[in-house]
Amino acid sequence: MGQAIYALENVQQNYDGRCVLDIESLSVMQGEVLAIVGPSGAGKSTLLRLLNFLEAPFSGSLTFDGETASAEMDIEQRRRVTMVFQHPVMLKRSLDANLHFGFALRGEKLSEELRAEWLQRLGLMGLRTQAANKLSAGEMQRVALARALIVEPDVLLLDEPTANLDPANVALMEKIVREENEKNHTTIVLVTHNVFQARRLAQRTALLIDGKLIEITDTEQFFEQPETEQTAAFVRGEFIY
Amino acid sequence: MEVLFEALLDAFGLIIDLDPELRAIVGLTLRVTGIGLVLAMVLGIPIGVGLGLSKRIPAAGCVVPLIYTGMGLPPVVVGLFVYLFLSNQGPLGDFRWLFTPTAMIIAQTIIALPLVIGLTLTAIQSIDPMLPLQVRALGATRGQLAWTMLAEARLGLFAAIVAAFGSIISEVGAVMLVGGNIAGETRVLTTAIVLETRKGNISLALALGLILLGLAFLANLVMYRLQVQGASK
Amino acid sequence: MKHPLKLLILALLLLLTACALAQPQVLRLATTTSTDNSGLLEAILPDFEKRYNAQVDVIAVGTGQALSLGEAGDVDIILVHALSREDEFVANQHGTERFDVMYNDFVLVGPEDDPAGVNGMLLAQDALAAIAASEATFASRGDDSGTHTKERGLWKVAGLNADPQGDWYKSLGQGMGDTLRFADETQAYTLTDRGTFLALQDGFSNLVVLVGGGNIAENQDPALLNPYGVIPINPDKGDINLDLAQDFVEWLTSVDTQAAIEEFGVETFGQPLFYPDSQAWNDR
Repeated sequence: MGQAIYALENVQQNYDGRCVLDIESLSVMQGEVLAIVGPSGAGKSTLLRLLNFLEAPFSGSLTFDGETASAEMDIEQRRRVTMVFQHPVMLKRSLDANLHFGFALRGEKLSEELRAEWLQRLGLMGLRTQAANKLSAGEMQRVALARALIVEPDVLLLDEPTANLDPANVALMEKIVREENEKNHTTIVLVTHNVFQARRLAQRTALLIDGKLIEITDTEQFFEQPETEQTAAFVRGEFIY
Repeated sequence: MEVLFEALLDAFGLIIDLDPELRAIVGLTLRVTGIGLVLAMVLGIPIGVGLGLSKRIPAAGCVVPLIYTGMGLPPVVVGLFVYLFLSNQGPLGDFRWLFTPTAMIIAQTIIALPLVIGLTLTAIQSIDPMLPLQVRALGATRGQLAWTMLAEARLGLFAAIVAAFGSIISEVGAVMLVGGNIAGETRVLTTAIVLETRKGNISLALALGLILLGLAFLANLVMYRLQVQGASK
Repeated sequence: MKHPLKLLILALLLLLTACALAQPQVLRLATTTSTDNSGLLEAILPDFEKRYNAQVDVIAVGTGQALSLGEAGDVDIILVHALSREDEFVANQHGTERFDVMYNDFVLVGPEDDPAGVNGMLLAQDALAAIAASEATFASRGDDSGTHTKERGLWKVAGLNADPQGDWYKSLGQGMGDTLRFADETQAYTLTDRGTFLALQDGFSNLVVLVGGGNIAENQDPALLNPYGVIPINPDKGDINLDLAQDFVEWLTSVDTQAAIEEFGVETFGQPLFYPDSQAWNDR
């Protein structure tokens, strides 16, 4: 495996004095698919917001590609990371304009070939002039994924991206994520509470409970020979609080 | 009925003649309303966006109720304050702005400002609260975020502009007070209507009223077209 | 009558009828702002309302609008001050007859430093000519009111256009109070009825009387006299309360009311604002 793109040391995040995340040490490797699983309220989304530089940690150090992440971080560095959320919000514009949005932010123009390629991959060719906010939930999530990937980020963060989707949409989303990782070596951090999805996509899997990193290891080992009893219980689908 | 018919004839007559006095009145009306509207937008939209995007409204939430109060402020009260400021004895008396179009523009701007701020704020707040985070997650700077939010709120913004335009082009009390209704200098359509009614020239007053209505309709038509275009974009 | 609802309706009907009976007759009076703003009507009208069980609805507007309200039959009677137009109004059968009521006078007011040098001139026409020659700012009512009509007449007498052109001539189209306020702010001259000026002068810092003297006896220009007339509207216009209008004329021109008019304002301003001038008063 390559070198770490993210490195977290003693990172804590507080909301109103309540500690929601407390990670001693975590590295995300360049080009890997890392799944983060755990019950709701474990701090998974908070971690993703830190990785997307949407907020700064309360204490500890977070580095991205060797540079300390902060609010003043260069916009070019920040733009190397994009995220897809559980509930995607479309811009009240056409599907086309939503695809183009990332390019517009970067002052670039989306080429016709690239646009066509993505519409093809998403199965949205016929809908390109439709108002994006009138699409179905599955179509919106596909557009959201394309909108985040079309600018070819180095890191893609996924926050429960398929939680509300039907199996066909889930399969398509997973296929595209896998392709991007294999073809472009895009680093992917996937937050999910669906252990099967983690097993299908991730090379490594981590368990987060109450803001603490319980275990992080190869996905195979995570599911077959977990080191901690908590992981074993979570994998078995038992309730652990 | 007869009066109405006469008024219609008068209105068409005035428009066809391109009566120079009428042209001056219409020109000043558009100038004062237009500049007032643009100033209110330039000042009000950024404030509205700023208030709409900030999680905690400053001054313990007093600002927004204050703005909503301002939206219902009687224009003539605004006119009175502007008058007192610009009068010889007032703090800005030395500028000699009283009874000039500048005074009217100041009053119109103040009347339109709370409307623009309030409706912009409402428009921004009606956007999905998750959107700003998602836009930033795609790589937007703060400025780009604000601009994107504006674009998302464009329907509400159009409503703000239309409401502000309507309120100031039809305003009479404040412009009469601070403008003085001077023929050829500060006489606008609304004050001319009041004057002609007072003189007993009911049909001429009605004709001017019809022209005012027509102007307002044209302006709204243009804005509506722009809005439809913007929505389909 | 067992049904309580029926009883209630009957009671309401009775109440309404009683109200209608006690309801005073209404007289709609269109008049100029000068009579109303000065407080004269407020002071003398209660006597009429009590004597005739009437209620007077005062519509205070410019003389132009008062005349057009009368012409449309929207009022029962008008009390205005534009003699030539009043005669024309009666000649055109809009009103039954014109009666002299009272008079006061106009004065020319302007800034204390008097850039056109009109202070002390005896005739308004000379002063206006001097103002026009020096192009000092002049504020005109410009609203077709009695005062405006008088002003236009004076320009003509002075040998000028009745509606002078030029940046110095400001046609405001506003009431007397607003026009005086404008003149005070912009160091302009204007023509005003003395009553309104006396009533409002405390609010002005720059304006003084330049032509017309300190009271009507000092006014040397007969052209500045300002007679008020009352005209009942022609009942042919329909729905006109001519009887009450005639009662009003009789009351307004009676010696008692005329005495009240003469008394009005003396206490506050040291001089009457209006001088009685009715037939009955002059014959007494």
